[in-house]
Amino acid sequence: MRRPQNAWTLGLAVLLVLLLLATRIIQPGFGLTGLDALARAALPFALATAGMTVVVIAGGIDLSIAAMMAVASVTGATLMQGAGDGQAALAVVLVLALGVGMGAVNGALIVLTRVPDIVATLAMLYVWQGVALLILNAPGGGAAEWLRGLIVGGVALPGVAAWLTDWVPKSLVALALVVGLIWLPIRRSRLGLMIYAVGSDPLAAFRSGVPVGLTRVAAYAVCGLFAALGGLSVTLSTGIGEPIPGPYLLASVAAVVLGGVALGGGRGAILGPILAVFVLRLVRMDLTLLQVDPNMTAIIEGTIMVAVVMFGGVLALRGRRA
Amino acid sequence: MTAGSNEAPGFARIMGFLGARPLLPLVLLLGLLVLVLEILQPGIVNERWIGNAIKVAIPLAMLAACQTLTMLTGGIDLSAGTAATIAAFVTATLTPQIGVPAAIAVALTAAVVIGIVNGFGVAICRVHPLIMTLGTALIGSGCLLVYQRFVIATGTKIPDFLVWLGTGRTAGLPNGLFLFLPFAALVIWAQKRTGFGRLLYAIGANETAARLSGVRVWQVQWALYSLSGAIAGLTGLLYLGVVKTPSLSLALPLDLPSVAVAVIGGTSIFGGRGGYGGTIIGALILTVLTTMLTLMQIPEGGRRILFGAIILIVTALYLRLTQQD
Repeated sequence: MRRPQNAWTLGLAVLLVLLLLATRIIQPGFGLTGLDALARAALPFALATAGMTVVVIAGGIDLSIAAMMAVASVTGATLMQGAGDGQAALAVVLVLALGVGMGAVNGALIVLTRVPDIVATLAMLYVWQGVALLILNAPGGGAAEWLRGLIVGGVALPGVAAWLTDWVPKSLVALALVVGLIWLPIRRSRLGLMIYAVGSDPLAAFRSGVPVGLTRVAAYAVCGLFAALGGLSVTLSTGIGEPIPGPYLLASVAAVVLGGVALGGGRGAILGPILAVFVLRLVRMDLTLLQVDPNMTAIIEGTIMVAVVMFGGVLALRGRRA
Repeated sequence: MTAGSNEAPGFARIMGFLGARPLLPLVLLLGLLVLVLEILQPGIVNERWIGNAIKVAIPLAMLAACQTLTMLTGGIDLSAGTAATIAAFVTATLTPQIGVPAAIAVALTAAVVIGIVNGFGVAICRVHPLIMTLGTALIGSGCLLVYQRFVIATGTKIPDFLVWLGTGRTAGLPNGLFLFLPFAALVIWAQKRTGFGRLLYAIGANETAARLSGVRVWQVQWALYSLSGAIAGLTGLLYLGVVKTPSLSLALPLDLPSVAVAVIGGTSIFGGRGGYGGTIIGALILTVLTTMLTLMQIPEGGRRILFGAIILIVTALYLRLTQQD
């Protein structure tokens, strides 16, 4: 059960390294700034994907993720505009709490109304979009400078030689810290086990004494937290709040599937999807560097996604027959 | 439902009555919405308005046919909006060059190709329909962008009969009904009276059981998704006549509402239950709802919130009403 999963993740990691090497060959000047730009562009996508992964593992899907990110982005930008350093920190905490709240509302509605996940979150997509528009009608607001400094540029640690740490983009460290601090403790705890159990077979989980409804609400709340972080990262990297949802929904679903997480739920890990985000972003960057028509990029990305899932499907079919 | 029957037999009988006739509550809801509209703005509900509402609802209902049919087997077709857009755009740009019949043939072929690719992925490779159709939607819109660069100088022309079909009126009612009524009759007849229709329900209710009873599930699915592509293409042609300005995102805004329409109409997204009759009423409900929200003088944000909330509430209530077990 674990071994094909690990092989898939390993394959993605190898693919990522190969793509990085290819980028270096295409563009010999690709270095620190390129890596930093890549990591910063990938940050919202990676956070959205992390959230989506948790919900998919729990057997659901959240179509409202991009809209929740927009709500978090505009709330953060509105609260931070003209605020002092301490107030900005408070704003971040508030936005994260708001994310958890939005996710919990999604989950609670799904559990209480018994409407299928995909339909309920489709309806909530409109609701969160509306909320974002009510908070901020047009892009605006601001972001605190010291918070922006957290995700721009390379890491500099006091007491360590600059060349040792300089090449690591701060945004990559931020991503690793955030995902590590949120998901790893959950994964190791009872809640993590319950999320996998509910995703794998709700009835079996229920009969083993797992509170199925609460677990699903918790999974959606975690997803909301990641969506809030993703929305904040959009605000921090652009400096303004954006009320129109970005292309994060499709991209996160694609990355989750490429990352080897089964859409039925119960299987998969968070590392694969995040690697998949970077693979997809890097492919896009390479195609831009190769001066391929940007419109071709969409075709190639879609083809890769479809080809990989078809290949995975055929492999799974073979495995079942054997 | 059974627990409540002891306390309120009359209420339970009403619920049972409504539950056995799943279309009735939808029609009642539609009537209620029209009534509220009339109260909000007296005099708005007249012949002209009804014609308009039907005109707007027809493309939505046709695109929702793709969702209804695929949802009956437990699938979904999120590439329908893209296929419709491609068909519309190709027709508008090729008409000046190769004439109307050839342009429409090319356009419908493109839409069907998308459906065939979907069918291949879902039926042969066993990819989840959501992922497969999202992927083809992505590829399709990319192809459309590339295609647009080749035809950017040629100008566009919309075939006259599509404009007639999309915007014309006969005796107060939109001409789109000339296409839609036979179409709807065909779909309802196919789903209820033909073997293909019953196989859709069988696969949706229990795929394994269907396979064990000798159904070649892959053939049905492949045919279904190809058909869905063809319907989407047809919708695109009609919608082109309604909107009259070809664009690269023509029918994309209809994509998610078409799912909502099928769901409001009582088709289960897990497959096996529902039908096209409900979907048609669902499209009317959504159209009236949109008019109502536009009439109320509230900001765009508030309108979207209400729209989402109402979809959720209607779906939840309808599920409660029709699920009797």
